[in-house]
Amino acid sequence: MAARDIPVPLGRVARSVDEAAAAVRPLIEESGNPVVVLKAQIHAGGRGKGTFNEHPDVHGVNVITDGIEGGPGAAEAAVRELAQQMLNSTLVTIQTGEQGKVVNRLYVEQGIAIDRELYLAVLLDRTASRNIVMASVEGGVEIEKVAEETPEKILRVEIDPAIGLASFQANELAHGLSLEGDAAKHFAVFVKAVARAATELDTDLIEINPLVATTEGLVMALDGKMAFDDNALYRHPDIADMRDDTEEDAAELAAKNAGLNYIKLSGTIGCLVNGAGLAMATMDTIKHVGGEPANFLDVGGGATADQVTTAFQIITRDPNVKGIFVNIFGGIMRCDIIATGIVEAIGRVGLEVPLVVRLEGTNVELGRQIIEESGLEVVGADNLRDGAEKIFELTT
Amino acid sequence: MSVLVDENTKVLVQGLGRTGQFHTDKAIAYGTQMVGAVHPSRAGTEFHFEGETDHSGVPERDDSYSVDLPIFATLKEAVAATGANASVVYVPPPFAADAVMEAVAAGLELVVAITEGIPVADMIEAKRYLQGSGTRLIGPNCPGVITPGECKIGIMPGYIHQRGRIGVISRSGTLTYEAVHQLTLLGLGQTTAVGIGGDPVSGTSFVDCLRMFQDDDETDGVVMIGEIGGAAEEEAAEFVKSEMSKPVAGFIAGTTAPAGKRMGHAGAIVSGGIGTAVAKIEAMTAAGIVIAETPSDMGEAMVRALG
Repeated sequence: MAARDIPVPLGRVARSVDEAAAAVRPLIEESGNPVVVLKAQIHAGGRGKGTFNEHPDVHGVNVITDGIEGGPGAAEAAVRELAQQMLNSTLVTIQTGEQGKVVNRLYVEQGIAIDRELYLAVLLDRTASRNIVMASVEGGVEIEKVAEETPEKILRVEIDPAIGLASFQANELAHGLSLEGDAAKHFAVFVKAVARAATELDTDLIEINPLVATTEGLVMALDGKMAFDDNALYRHPDIADMRDDTEEDAAELAAKNAGLNYIKLSGTIGCLVNGAGLAMATMDTIKHVGGEPANFLDVGGGATADQVTTAFQIITRDPNVKGIFVNIFGGIMRCDIIATGIVEAIGRVGLEVPLVVRLEGTNVELGRQIIEESGLEVVGADNLRDGAEKIFELTT
Repeated sequence: MSVLVDENTKVLVQGLGRTGQFHTDKAIAYGTQMVGAVHPSRAGTEFHFEGETDHSGVPERDDSYSVDLPIFATLKEAVAATGANASVVYVPPPFAADAVMEAVAAGLELVVAITEGIPVADMIEAKRYLQGSGTRLIGPNCPGVITPGECKIGIMPGYIHQRGRIGVISRSGTLTYEAVHQLTLLGLGQTTAVGIGGDPVSGTSFVDCLRMFQDDDETDGVVMIGEIGGAAEEEAAEFVKSEMSKPVAGFIAGTTAPAGKRMGHAGAIVSGGIGTAVAKIEAMTAAGIVIAETPSDMGEAMVRALG
């Protein structure tokens, strides 16, 4: 954000206890504020309320006031003690799920004299086919809650892609948030910088919560989240490099690297499907007949036999999988390619669970022939529901 | 009648790579009037297609075809030389939105964008460019549009279609095929099947298509296939309730999708309680749309809706 002229509090990343402690003195000197904040850096929100499994009293965000009376030395000691507890511990927030996330990095930040806490986001409005700015006077609160309880408190402004956010729109937002004087001026500059960053960085979402106005009339992003459009990452190699693979599920990462859409679920029936809609509908149908899908897997439109093999390997590696349902309705995807991929995958990794295959669409005859001639034990299915019922019976 | 495309539709190809070639060949086999392609570095040459005719397509043709497709440097030139009124975009994602804008500038009535993975920001710009023009965009990230026996633009397998009286609209490619196939097996057939695409920003909505089918004399009923994410299905339900006299059947994919996970399509995500399958099914049911419980029942749901 700082690189995009979005004002943020001063701060430093720390990967060790020593680095965290060393950041405290320079920060207090630069900001002139003896208060510092120590934050866990993970890819999930709700850190302020989240706590650590190993240290239930410690939160993901901690304000350290020891410096007010004790000076920088006391602040440093307090940061050191907290950092020891936070690093390599598991933080559980409402967004991490029960398993939580291990904290590898901390962020040491200057304290801020907060006057107001606001909410600001730039995101796509699908109906308008444009990005909108969404703002609310309820900073620090989840926007979903505000939308539900007091929708009138949410301001919305459309961004014209040919023009960007106009100054009058920025001023209207400032007025709507009851900002005055310096704070209003600084806010207008701030919101225009955020709108510009959304376009330049190809974000799906920029959320600043809370956005704070300080007692001196400054406006800063105190906490924020950016989500990037995967389809546009090719033009932002610097952002692509920021991806922290250690925070992602190993199987989902392997799938992503192979160009597959895979999401692990908790059931027992593995699915291999072409097309996102059909993949979802296949999961729905499995559930409808009484089964539980082990995954969502869309091999996409132009998959090669190699990708299909990889997909098959990812599914069979999941120890929960008791059976596999391949459901293909070929359009751009050709049934013969799927069939070749399946036969190759089984040749390479073997097949220890029942397999039901339903093929329809482009080159279907060729696909069926390849599977038949392979001599593999494959159960054919006439349609989606038939396939779902067969795999359910075979796995129960 | 039918909607969007018919026997008079003349189609240009934007992006004659491996995928573009494969599906152009299938379209010619089906009987679509493919009249040219745009490829700057090969302008002035021809691309040869030959093979066996797909008799599930346009009737009364020879058993084989041999076509030399002229290649042009720009779309404007291609339109001037061929009198084309539509194009299909197979251009790779980084350049696809630009191709759509080129189609708008060339004054085409219809541009069908098959390309998957176009950056949202590019589509926001293209959508802005489309405003006030006479061009309709279908897609992107869609299977295309087909009027059985007359014109097939896109990647759908031709043989599953049959000329009939049901309109099909879908956000998902492969689920369109499911619905079409069932309608064919039930003998209902299709007037036109439109894949509107799975991206969050798209050219044509459910409501646009519902309106076209409502106004089309040959269409007796409509199957609409939605999925989680966004509010397009709710808007469609509102339209069906207030403006449609024809019966509508529907299906929503993603009942079992966990919140916060993107289900392949950039548009298919439930977040903050918005875009759930349950909410969509409720809105559609309230509008009198007959809901198929599983995708295998979409054809049957249409039969029930027709009464």
